[in-house]
Amino acid sequence: MPQFYGTEIRSRLLLGTARYPSPAVLAEAVRRSGTDIVTVSLRRETAGGRQGGAFFELIRELGVRVLPNTAGCHSVSEAVLTAKMAREVFATDWIKLEVIGHHDTLQPDVFGLVEAARILTGEGFEVFPYTTDDLVVAERLLEAGCKVLMPWCAPIGSAMGPQNPVALRAMRAAFPDVPLIVDAGIGRPSHAATVMELGYDAVLLNTAVAGAADPAAMAEAFANAIEAGHLASGAGMLEPRDMAVPSTPVIGKAVFS
Amino acid sequence: MRVLIRGAGVAGLTAARALVARGAEVDVSEHASGFAGAASWYAGGMLAPWCERESAEEAVLIRGTGAADWWEAALPAGSVHRNGTLVVAPPRDSAELRRFASRTSGFRWIGAEEIEALEPALAGRFREALFFPEEAHLDPRLALSTLRQGLEAQGVVFSGVMDEGRFDLTVDCTGAAGIGEIKGLRGVRGEMLYLHTGEVTLSRPVRLLHPRIPLYIVPRGGGLFMCGATMIESDDAGPITARSLMELLNAAYALHPSFAEARLVETGTGVRPAFADNLPRVIRRENTIAVNGLYRHGFLLSPALAEEVAALAFDDRLYESPLPNPSPPGGGAKQPLRSSATFRLASDEKAHGEAK
Repeated sequence: MPQFYGTEIRSRLLLGTARYPSPAVLAEAVRRSGTDIVTVSLRRETAGGRQGGAFFELIRELGVRVLPNTAGCHSVSEAVLTAKMAREVFATDWIKLEVIGHHDTLQPDVFGLVEAARILTGEGFEVFPYTTDDLVVAERLLEAGCKVLMPWCAPIGSAMGPQNPVALRAMRAAFPDVPLIVDAGIGRPSHAATVMELGYDAVLLNTAVAGAADPAAMAEAFANAIEAGHLASGAGMLEPRDMAVPSTPVIGKAVFS
Repeated sequence: MRVLIRGAGVAGLTAARALVARGAEVDVSEHASGFAGAASWYAGGMLAPWCERESAEEAVLIRGTGAADWWEAALPAGSVHRNGTLVVAPPRDSAELRRFASRTSGFRWIGAEEIEALEPALAGRFREALFFPEEAHLDPRLALSTLRQGLEAQGVVFSGVMDEGRFDLTVDCTGAAGIGEIKGLRGVRGEMLYLHTGEVTLSRPVRLLHPRIPLYIVPRGGGLFMCGATMIESDDAGPITARSLMELLNAAYALHPSFAEARLVETGTGVRPAFADNLPRVIRRENTIAVNGLYRHGFLLSPALAEEVAALAFDDRLYESPLPNPSPPGGGAKQPLRSSATFRLASDEKAHGEAK
């Protein structure tokens, strides 16, 4: 199993906690996914409130590791501030760093991302940056102190699946020793299996599970697909070819036509 | 029977009506600020069990379908508008419309022509929509005030202070005030606003689907529109944030550009009380029945809960033999008889709420 910042994980599926029909459904999805890491969005106002966040209490009760995120932050300062608040609320140095560059496409602002990553690693955070599949940006993030990368495979919530497998393959080849997690754009289990077959270490999902008619069943389906893709990536898959290849030997058979 | 109802929001007032109808002598103790503290004051007032099924459990549909009839009987003629709900999506989010359709029932697909016939103001703006003809809506503020006046006319006393010793039964309908008191109860913040414009006319609630900012607009008549509502996991009742305001207004503008010139006449925040499964509970303890966790379904589910409370108050058999109750996972232990929350879910017995 891969290690994220020295912590060995038990499941290659990371699950987002947003937009489930209810916290009870979320809890069931977490259970059936077998995940041991959930991401939690920390909008500033959520941290207020009388009870210090009953929802966060529910998350803590799930008994899994929390990877807080800076979802919805559009600037470096906003992301840094949110990360610091998350550290207080969840008592962890882990932070999934999102600096959104465009409110409509939710594409990461890679310049702000690198800058925020540098600031946060300097303050002792262990940063999981949500980035594109650009190799130069990836290098900059590693230089900034990130030890895990989270490239998208399609825009957040789009459910389109891997749009540029060539770039994902190149990224895997360029950084063979860096844990790589595909974050964003996965719509169905076959998409997750596809990126795992490319040799990725893990997949982070939210909408594909939360928005399913039966989120818990979908969470389990994804867990199985991710495991299958991972197993296949190390098992040596066949390369496609143009001709049929008989699976039984033909030498010695009579050919009449 | 003398009954004290604590809380004068939608849960308290509907319970009062159901109990008075059965001959109970009812008094209501209310928060000093009156309706302003109640989540129901900021509600949309949609009686839309089929639409809600998109994200809610089947129980909400089953228990909510009778709500329009209940309100129609409780309020003056014309208060409940039974002309359905329209669900639309911008062309690029048409996948959301298909998703919504796959999760719900009780609708039909309609095209541009029928959209125009139903809501002329939306002519040419949407090519397709879902129409839920059986759904209804009401004005929550008018409903609460009218219900209260009716109860006062029947001799129900509303007061800030009550001598609780005088009553045979207390019905606790204090909603979000129970957060921290009732195990598992949490707050879900909802921000809303009122727009006023003479340039748009709608006759029924319109839901605009959007992957991030779903919005509904409910016409209140006289050019007034209620737009809501955010869903934020927090019990912070503070004023609307700039982001929420911007998102709601953007969505209203997307529904119809004329909303850009509307007057923003009010913004508000309510804290919806909810349990982990977002289903309400009726919890009986000694001489107290607590009704809580109505989440975003106050007007939709309070009629069913009010009748349940009245039945509990007058008929002990109901909680001596609870509804068929699947055994909790991993054990066959029956629920204690006196906490028979009949609004339970088969899939989540362990989140079953109990008073502290």
